[in-house]
Amino acid sequence: MLLIRCPYCEEERPELEFRNAGEAHIARSANITGESDDDFEKFFFIRSNPKGIIYERWRHMHGCARFFNAVRDTVTDKFIMTYKAGEPKPAKVPGVAK
Amino acid sequence: MKKYSVFAIAREAMRGHKGWEEQWSSPEPKKEYDVIIVGAGGHGLATAYYLATVHGITNVAVLEKGWLGGGNTGRNTTIIRSNYLYDESAGIYDHALKLWDGLSQELNYNVMYSARGVMMLAHNVHDIQVLKRHVHANRLNGIDNEWLTPEQAKEFCPPLNISKQARYPVVGAALQRRGGTARHDAVAWGYARGASARGVHIIQNCEVTGVKRAANGAVTGVETTRGFIGAKKVGVVAAGHSSVIMNMAGVRMPLESYPLQALVSEPVKPVVPCVVMSNTVHAYISQSDKGELVIGAGTDQYVSYSQTGGLHILQHTLDAICEMFPIFTRMKMLRSWGGIVDVTPDRSPILAKTPVPGLYVNCGWGTGGFKATPGSGHVFAHTIARDDPHPINAPFTIERFRTGRLIDEAAAAAVAH
Repeated sequence: MLLIRCPYCEEERPELEFRNAGEAHIARSANITGESDDDFEKFFFIRSNPKGIIYERWRHMHGCARFFNAVRDTVTDKFIMTYKAGEPKPAKVPGVAK
Repeated sequence: MKKYSVFAIAREAMRGHKGWEEQWSSPEPKKEYDVIIVGAGGHGLATAYYLATVHGITNVAVLEKGWLGGGNTGRNTTIIRSNYLYDESAGIYDHALKLWDGLSQELNYNVMYSARGVMMLAHNVHDIQVLKRHVHANRLNGIDNEWLTPEQAKEFCPPLNISKQARYPVVGAALQRRGGTARHDAVAWGYARGASARGVHIIQNCEVTGVKRAANGAVTGVETTRGFIGAKKVGVVAAGHSSVIMNMAGVRMPLESYPLQALVSEPVKPVVPCVVMSNTVHAYISQSDKGELVIGAGTDQYVSYSQTGGLHILQHTLDAICEMFPIFTRMKMLRSWGGIVDVTPDRSPILAKTPVPGLYVNCGWGTGGFKATPGSGHVFAHTIARDDPHPINAPFTIERFRTGRLIDEAAAAAVAH
């Protein structure tokens, strides 16, 4: 079980309190009806599914119930950092060479 | 390839078993092949086997980063069934089921396919509606599936608890009698032996690190840890790593990879005569011929390539197993393991040509690909050999996620995903 730090509660809590909510930083088009089929497919179905660093959303369901974002390594499952929803995608991730 | 038979056993017994030959050879990779298959699991090896036997294409290499059958082929719960809801799924899974019957004879290798029946339990009104819908849809597609009362379910599987006081009471069940199990390792070994005997090169410990494309976009070969290997046709059958390989060719996939866990108990005398699955409580169980209870759990909720999963996932499944089979509450579990499964948004596989000429993909089998191994290999070999899908896998395109013509087994599959 993962130990996840909620950036709102500022506490590490067990995974059971959280729901994973998929890849982060996928913006829904402001004009969704005007989207082409290609763009809609990218938005709705295509995922980066990286072997390595993933940016993903979590929700602290059984805590503050708020969504936040996390950076995690999908090979080790170790969290590198978590940050609040709405904050920009971190340009530099601590401990990761880019 | 020397044929296995009772006479071969007698002959070898006479001379101290010194005459058994290697089941498959391990040649050095050539510079170029007609077809390269990435991934020597059941599906990849079956593809190579049918390329050789059905289409006469034997200049084939199967590249495997680890060892043959060491991924999900050796990590699954070996359940075989074809009672899927939609016509397209019924087509492909029943194609596989028909090939399972007779596969041991075809491969001259005992894959231990045992049609012991797959029983899916209903615990509430919604389950009854869904499973009955399956029963009717299956029968319209010519696939056997029948409805059982709780008493009939108990008769078919005596250790099942059908008490009305149970936490998850059994209110009915759907039974596919042709469903069952097979010996997963033997499936990989049998296909490998058959393919190797026909000239296919199986190259283990050879990880694909890049996909080379010509100026016109067509595939020219793959970069590997053992150097560049050329081929005009490359089939990607890499399960949880399919999207990683496809990314090397510049194709982004509608896939996410999750750990899926299974576990086995200590071996005991025969007690579970069939496969029992439950969607609502998410557990499935059968008994191997060695006597171990083979139990399948769910996926973790997050993308991962770790080949391990959370302990709470296993605990949840064992809670359910103990409720359904109180007889097992004191069983000891011996081993658990995780495999990485590639899941599509509609929970149906992708077996198709790709936007890249010469690149083919067979992936997205998610949590239940083992059952399809023979059928998947058979139609994928056709797709590669003819550069055109077989009618059975024609609906399983990548483009369906753009056109919206999904094969939405997400809600229709036997277990919740």
